[in-house]
Amino acid sequence: MLEFLGVALMGLGTVFFVAGTVGLLRFPDLFCRLHALTKADGLGLALVCLGTICLASTPGEVLRIIVIWFAVALSSATCGHMIARHARAHRNDSEAP
Amino acid sequence: MTDLLLLFDMLLGLLIIGLAVAALRVRDLFAMVVMFVTFGLMTALAWVRLAAPDVALAEAAIGTGVTGALLLKTLYHLRRVSGTLHLPEALSERPPDPQVPRAVIAANAVMCGLVVIGLAAAFVTAPLGGPGFDAAVADAMPESGVDHPVTAVLLNFRAYDTLMEVVVLLAAVIAVWLVERSLPQSDPPVMGEVYEGFARLVLPGAVVVGVYVLWAGAVAPGGAFQGGAVLAAVGLLLLMSHVYEPAPAHRAAARGLFVLGVAVFTGVALLVAWGGRAVFEYPPGLAKPLILLIEGMVTISIAATLAALFHGREPGVQPRPADTSEGAQ
Repeated sequence: MLEFLGVALMGLGTVFFVAGTVGLLRFPDLFCRLHALTKADGLGLALVCLGTICLASTPGEVLRIIVIWFAVALSSATCGHMIARHARAHRNDSEAP
Repeated sequence: MTDLLLLFDMLLGLLIIGLAVAALRVRDLFAMVVMFVTFGLMTALAWVRLAAPDVALAEAAIGTGVTGALLLKTLYHLRRVSGTLHLPEALSERPPDPQVPRAVIAANAVMCGLVVIGLAAAFVTAPLGGPGFDAAVADAMPESGVDHPVTAVLLNFRAYDTLMEVVVLLAAVIAVWLVERSLPQSDPPVMGEVYEGFARLVLPGAVVVGVYVLWAGAVAPGGAFQGGAVLAAVGLLLLMSHVYEPAPAHRAAARGLFVLGVAVFTGVALLVAWGGRAVFEYPPGLAKPLILLIEGMVTISIAATLAALFHGREPGVQPRPADTSEGAQ
């Protein structure tokens, strides 16, 4: 039962990753793409992590997965912000003169 | 199940080759660095599939993480020097070609060709599917002082090679400090408040992970180079978020840290030899503490060296004045 739930959650998570990738490829500009990528991948990551937690066998593994989840979510959110910040600075540069 | 994994492995192999070709073919230098980093991550995944988690950790931490950071820093420096840093349209162009002489290109081509021929010869002449050193290593494990075969090989059975790897890093940082003396200073980019908050949040955890990876090396995949790379990432975070600014007074300490690993490593080897044994033939009861001592000191050296390679400039050394001619001598 738990195994089934885990695989289902991970499958659902990959759907969100695919959606994020489609957004990255299809959306018109950088900010829309970032939006699609960070939102969808954040949710996909959460679902994949929940799925792997369902499949984990020891409390130590569960704890490690949660730590990895936290670290990846934090760094991807920061990365998204940094890219958007850089792009906005450049846009202002080119509009100023 | 096995067929699915085989399919995955083949796709992974094709992807790695494709990424390598793409990294070499792409015109945009930034895209090239991104391709290289992705290539490194996929290679790390391939090492995991080859059941070599130690190599995977090293590839991910050093080959991809630290090298990627060094390449991006170099790119930033190049764009600054060529004055294309703040031109959005220049993002997708190479800086002006530095006019590499034909002889240099030819020499590089010959060298690369020789390396390829050498590797091919080694691969073709190697015995097919031989037992390797697995049995010999397994036999000697009780005398090694540690429980993880890779650490036993690196720090005990072939400690001399590992010492040379640490010496290479030391030589690299000396060379970088010397070269940077003749380059103009480039200001570090401002990263913003979110990045600084991120650094503050991540730093303590990263220190714990680095020390854990070092400590785990005795019984599981991990060790000095991997732990050192994680701690070097801590150094990069400190430098980029300006929590730590290198000051001239820190120069002596930095030099001490660079040499520490090599000094302790050679010191232990010479002391063991002085006791009437072969170099690196640790006394049986002392093998574990000696290996831990060497690994700990080497980790500190690697972390300091990699962070210094990223920072580049020796603290307290003034850039060469551009307008006076005697400064060049």
